[in-house]
Amino acid sequence: MTTRIGVVTFPGTLDDRDSLRAVRLAGAEPVPLWHRDKDLHQVDAVVLAGGFSYGDYLRAGAISRFSPVMETVIAQARAGMPVLGICNGFQVLTEAHLLPGAMLRNNHLHFVCRDQKLRVENAETAWTGDYTAGQEISVPLKNMDGRYTADERTLDELEAEGRVAFRYLDGNPNGSLRDIAGITNAEGNVVGLMPHPEHAVEPLIGTGRTDGLPFFTSVLKKLVSA
Amino acid sequence: MARVVVDVMLKPEILDPQGQAVQRALPRLGFEGISDVRQGKRFELEVEGPVDQAALDRIHTMAETFLANTVIEDFTVKVEA
Repeated sequence: MTTRIGVVTFPGTLDDRDSLRAVRLAGAEPVPLWHRDKDLHQVDAVVLAGGFSYGDYLRAGAISRFSPVMETVIAQARAGMPVLGICNGFQVLTEAHLLPGAMLRNNHLHFVCRDQKLRVENAETAWTGDYTAGQEISVPLKNMDGRYTADERTLDELEAEGRVAFRYLDGNPNGSLRDIAGITNAEGNVVGLMPHPEHAVEPLIGTGRTDGLPFFTSVLKKLVSA
Repeated sequence: MARVVVDVMLKPEILDPQGQAVQRALPRLGFEGISDVRQGKRFELEVEGPVDQAALDRIHTMAETFLANTVIEDFTVKVEA
């Protein structure tokens, strides 16, 4: 049986096509999911793609968090299904309280779009198994609300438990606390990050590197071995 | 119809670059003597029926779960005469 990985489209999602493509290049079957549909169509994992869902009108990710599809995604994520939130998807995951903290407007108030160097801090999550801890990768970053924030106690807890999954290298692009680019939940099945691995899966486009592909192969291996 | 106002502000310890940008612009525009600005959101809710305790409780829940993100924001609920 082919592993099925779903990608949710909300109104305003932009990177669903790239995410579906990344899933296919990794060797899984991409399954488009619609925000109004509670049914996850027997997928084994879900990607919440980047963009500006519901225009980010209230707060980034705040309205999508209450969409029908999220009801099922939240329940399944709590039951152990791998869920990856990229950029706007990361914002949705914090708004849904599947990941701690919150995302705020970039400290310099500008939209950032650049190649971003990252260090993989945790290679034990469902989405990072094909990296090694300490590995440095480069993937595109583009966001307006990328400043990760949590209280000191939560930050200390994340550090102590190894739940800071990715950290920015060579400059913090948005004022994110402790240079945090991505985090994981305690179980390691839910991961959120601001940069876009799905834009770095083919040598012909983007950075010209394929540093983002291991996200999608990691989860595939994890699911096949499960 | 009664109006209930929900004010949402970033918590005091959270950096507010929008407020800071506004504050920095003030002297350029000739407005002196403002040492800090913080920018928030105001929701004006037109409520059908009486604004009794039950209605206020519902609005409080709405503010807590949706209008404000209590990880980063505080909110107040008040009834406007």
